[in-house]
Amino acid sequence: MPTPDKRNETRAGTDGRTVQDIGGMDFGPIDMSEHDLAHWEKRVDAMIVLLNTKRHVFTTDALRRVIESYNEQQYDATAYYEKWVRALRNLVIEQELITRDELAQKLKEAAQQFEASGRAVAAGEVPWDDTGVDEGGRS
Amino acid sequence: MKLETAAPMRFKVGDHVRIDDRSSLGHCRTPSFVRGKTGVVAEVLGAFRYPEKLAYHRPGLPAQPLYTVRLRQNELWEDYAGPASDHLDIDIYQPWLEPAE
Repeated sequence: MPTPDKRNETRAGTDGRTVQDIGGMDFGPIDMSEHDLAHWEKRVDAMIVLLNTKRHVFTTDALRRVIESYNEQQYDATAYYEKWVRALRNLVIEQELITRDELAQKLKEAAQQFEASGRAVAAGEVPWDDTGVDEGGRS
Repeated sequence: MKLETAAPMRFKVGDHVRIDDRSSLGHCRTPSFVRGKTGVVAEVLGAFRYPEKLAYHRPGLPAQPLYTVRLRQNELWEDYAGPASDHLDIDIYQPWLEPAE
C-alpha cells in the first residue's frame, strides 16, 4: 500500500496556517439553520462508515488529511459532503480498491444511463491534482 | 491499548503544560490558536493510536497519551471580555506538550 507524502496547503495571509486551521479567524456568522440531508449525502455517509469503521480501508484521520489537502479555493468552495465524497474517491484509489480507469469507466456508464433516461448530468470534473493521487492511482 | 505499545505518560491531572508552537507538516490535531499557550491538565484520557501517523495509513504506534488541557479564554484571545474563569478544554496529544511552571 502506498504511503502518501506529507504536505500542507496553507491559507494566504495567515503565516502558514493549513487550510482547515481557521480557529479564531473571522469568517462571518455561522449558518445555524437546520436542513435535511440529500439522498446522495446519506449514501456518502454510509460508504464512509462502511469503509472506515467496518472494512478499515482508511481511518478518519486519513479522510481528514485528504480534505485538508484541498487548496484554499477548493476548500472554501465545497460543502461538507462534497469534501467527504472527494476524499472518499481519492482514498479508494490511494488504497488500491479500484483504479482511476475503472472509476472513469463507471462514471461514463452512469452518465450515459442518466442521459438516456432524460436526467441531468453535470458537465464539470472534480479536480484530482490537489490531492497527490496521480494517474497510476497512487502518489 | 497494551502498555508496551504506548509511550510513557509524562503528565498527570493538575500539571502545568505548554503546547508547542512548532509548525507541522501534514495532518495534525493541534490547532494554531492554542499553539504556544500554557494550561493545566484537566483529564488524562488514555493512550491512542497517533493521528499524525494514522492519517498516512501507518499503525500509529506507539500509542500516544492524550490529555484534556484547560486553557483560560483570556489567554487565548487578547480582547476577551468574559469572566476570567472562562476556559477552553481541548484534547492534545503528548508529543505537543512540554512541562510549564
